[in-house]
Amino acid sequence: MEIENSSSSSLKLFGSWASSYTHRIQLALKLKNLTFDYIEEDLSHKSPALLLHNPIYQKVPVLVADGRPIPESLLILHFLDEYFPHNPRQLLPKSPHDRAAARFWAHFTDDRLGPAVAAVFASSGDTQVAAVDRFRSELRLVEAELTDGVFAGRRFFSGDQIGFLDIVLGCGSYWLAVFEEVAEVKLVDAGVFPRFHAWLRDFEEQDEVKAIIPSFGKLLGYARGLRKILLGGGGGEADNGGGAVAGVEAGDMGKLQ
Amino acid sequence: MGNEEQVLLLSWRASVFGLRVQIALEEKGVAYTYREEDIFEKSKLLLESNPVYKKVPVLIHGDKVVRESLIILEYIDQVWDKHGPSLLPADPHRRAQTRFWADFISKKIYDSGRRIRHSKGIEKEEAKEEFMRHLKILEGELGEKLYFNGDSFGFLDIALITFSCWIHTYETFGGFSVKKECPKLMTWVRRCMERESVAKTLPSPLQVYQIACLVKKKLGFE
Repeated sequence: MEIENSSSSSLKLFGSWASSYTHRIQLALKLKNLTFDYIEEDLSHKSPALLLHNPIYQKVPVLVADGRPIPESLLILHFLDEYFPHNPRQLLPKSPHDRAAARFWAHFTDDRLGPAVAAVFASSGDTQVAAVDRFRSELRLVEAELTDGVFAGRRFFSGDQIGFLDIVLGCGSYWLAVFEEVAEVKLVDAGVFPRFHAWLRDFEEQDEVKAIIPSFGKLLGYARGLRKILLGGGGGEADNGGGAVAGVEAGDMGKLQ
Repeated sequence: MGNEEQVLLLSWRASVFGLRVQIALEEKGVAYTYREEDIFEKSKLLLESNPVYKKVPVLIHGDKVVRESLIILEYIDQVWDKHGPSLLPADPHRRAQTRFWADFISKKIYDSGRRIRHSKGIEKEEAKEEFMRHLKILEGELGEKLYFNGDSFGFLDIALITFSCWIHTYETFGGFSVKKECPKLMTWVRRCMERESVAKTLPSPLQVYQIACLVKKKLGFE
């Protein structure tokens, strides 16, 4: 049975306000103009419903579509394209090779880039210096791909409009400026990463992105509380910071699920 | 549409990930050239085609490079969509579930299996416990179905069956019996082994064991 539009489908999103993974789905739903119910999860006291819908990983986001749960943000993004095939805003590219490339770099983002950022944020001193080096070498791979790889010449990874990979990489990249301030470290030098810098600026200018991403101030407060805890200071004064942190391990902070 | 172009697969004969790609290509009846990589001395072509991870498998289709086994499987399914049944189910919910479990296998089964082979003492015991726990979860997912995909062999079956030739190795390194603990899974393995694509692709358990011993030695885990 083909579901044409969300007025005949029920969508429920379990998420957390500071989780980039949740933002990915909120942004996708906005781009697709789909209505949904949102349930904010306290990550230190996860609801029975969340645990029921995602017993294996017990994480947000989880999308429940017509009563059936889909966990893992990348899977949800694929699902939304496939469940609403006539929706004009398809997130993944059509061509098999473009799809494979987008999926590869999405995998890279979660597998390598995210943890590299987390390592910077969770460390200080010499350890942090090494972590920053590592992050920069990972980002250089993305920059290279934007410069003369598969995505060369494009404004966004998907072309003229934001799509799957923009959403995946973008929802999370706004943390970079936050971490730069809180951890007092330079991560994205516009001179060294001109294309990534330009892409991120354009991504953050999109109306739908502005509507979804929490304010810089709010993210800053959250990050300050988180860094205190990661560096062993205790606290957690940030809004929901204590709650969000309980589900977080140092070195895996980038996940924020 | 370009599916007449040359297909080259860079892989390694005991790679659970590379073997997935071979089975998928066989299932779709796609002619391809196989190039064996020495994982301790990677070829220039491999390093240039996958500079980010420097790993097999890599599929080179004409001038296009595809990396990561599950991504390659979806690529194959899409490009050769007119060749035999789809590897992924049609229903979006089931597709999401399939992808979820395939990813679970790639991470959890592979990781705990590797730790069984290369660790000692408490770490090894923990790895064994995790490994069996994950297999039992998968056995639960199989349920009473003939295949993970339902009545027909598909994506998720391909994702897991390549580990079957490694079972003897895990059992020997770990000192436990997978076969005794997961009889339903073993029945499924035997059923999959009746498929030509699987039977002609998978190395024998003994070959895998010999390779695993060599790898362990070379990595200095003795």
